[in-house]
Amino acid sequence: MSDGPAATARPSRAEVCVVAIAECFRGDGELLANPIGTIPMIGGRLARATFEPELVMTDGEAAFVSNDEAFAFPDGKVVEAYNPYRAMFDMVWSGRRHVIMSGSQIDPFGNQNFAAIGSDWRAPRVQLLGFRGAPGNTIQNATSYWIPNHSRQVFVERVDVVTGVGWDAAAALSNGAARYFALRGVVTNLCVMDFGGAGNRLRLVSVHPGVSLEDVEAATGFELALADPVVETRLPDANDLYLIRQVIDPGALRELEVPGPPS
Amino acid sequence: MKDKRCSEGDVLGEIESGMTIGIGGWGSRRKPMSLVRSLARSGLRDLTLVSYGGPDVGLLCASGNVRKVVSAFVSLDSIALEPHYREARQSGRVEEEPWDEGLLLLGLQAAAWRLPFLPSRVGLGSDLLRLNPRLSTVRSPFEDGEELVAAPALELDVALCHLNVADAGGNAAFLGPDLYFDDLFLRAARRRFVSVERVVPTAVLLAAAGTEQRVRINRTMVDGVVERPGAAHFTSCVPEYERDEAFQQRYAAAARTPEDWAAFRAAFVDVSEEEYQARREKSA
Repeated sequence: MSDGPAATARPSRAEVCVVAIAECFRGDGELLANPIGTIPMIGGRLARATFEPELVMTDGEAAFVSNDEAFAFPDGKVVEAYNPYRAMFDMVWSGRRHVIMSGSQIDPFGNQNFAAIGSDWRAPRVQLLGFRGAPGNTIQNATSYWIPNHSRQVFVERVDVVTGVGWDAAAALSNGAARYFALRGVVTNLCVMDFGGAGNRLRLVSVHPGVSLEDVEAATGFELALADPVVETRLPDANDLYLIRQVIDPGALRELEVPGPPS
Repeated sequence: MKDKRCSEGDVLGEIESGMTIGIGGWGSRRKPMSLVRSLARSGLRDLTLVSYGGPDVGLLCASGNVRKVVSAFVSLDSIALEPHYREARQSGRVEEEPWDEGLLLLGLQAAAWRLPFLPSRVGLGSDLLRLNPRLSTVRSPFEDGEELVAAPALELDVALCHLNVADAGGNAAFLGPDLYFDDLFLRAARRRFVSVERVVPTAVLLAAAGTEQRVRINRTMVDGVVERPGAAHFTSCVPEYERDEAFQQRYAAAARTPEDWAAFRAAFVDVSEEEYQARREKSA
């Protein structure tokens, strides 16, 4: 593998996010990595191509594929197995999956909303995606979140509708109903967070290069717990950059999701 | 074998205001749009739609046929939010009964198996139980005593699906990547109708399907077959055609103002299906 000039240019913010997403899958082994969104798709592919080779990934339709490229398959798909929607729910409910979802609102315990904004369900101020698969994902398989626009509109004290289950709601369930609940963390365009705060509250773990603690706090609508110390997010190494730029996402779609200067 | 071929008009004759209609496909993929268009022209009111929703739901909401939508999402796939459905929701004109995607599968499966409900953990801890009054909980009778969500049977008056190919008796095959939940919609309904790209003699259905594993709809699941090439337009019907993205954008843009919608409706809804197919080809 050669380090061309493209692999030596400084990493962009999007590329830092790709690595942070990849890190979400560390230790997952032979599990369906099901990252939804542009940078998540690239990050999952990067994890498999580097430190987590047993991960299973989809073509975005109805198959598991071995391809390293994330979006287009110019040389065809290498299909491992058939996985139509019905089988996807088998994957979810059997727990052989780690999903990365988006969220329009996230609260301090990781309750997620992407259904609607506003307090009146009969006529929401803004109709969004709906519940999609969020209730089932969060109660039956591992879940992380990707937020490309970290802001006070997203990180709110209280979500209008709970679509994805948070730590406090899971703790309130009785008789082992939350035995498979596994809400891991949140990656944003600014930082990486887990739920290591008191009572499983969101905790800042690392900030991306060029982002300060104050930047994150200013963009968050509640008080964040802080890891001790808060570190800088791991940077992509030369091999990561080669894979991201030349193999997984040669069309640079990542830069459309998180535009910005090099870090 | 009975010949079940019929027209969109024949199917419409079986549908009344207030009925619960299940629609197959997923998002903006393999939707029975010729049947949906005929419903949109019908003046029928107060329908309850059960759907992995796409433009089927949006078009009928915009046309004033819908009282309630039972769904986990309504999306045009390449346009994440269905603008006509959004408008109907935000103005409070249409009620939404929220489900999780997988829970909806269980509701259809329960109806198909003639059970009152199927249990699941899906929904616990979320606002589904607060916002969907039909969902309930049930306690496991076994040692674990776990409290679970009971997904009630989603019994349908009518199911409408679009498949790639069928025989005249209603044996039908999907040729694209995914059957979605069309078989469950058909099994969950009292009256069942499929539109198809083409009807072939039973003797060549297997050859048309490529393998018997694609002939997933059998004739006990179907009361009527509408042969209509292009019926799923502008949604995708792989391998016959991909989604017509340009047309879909035009449809979505028609949600901007009542005037835009009136113009779209006059051109592409208030016309016969034959005229629709001719016009959309001309507009391409």
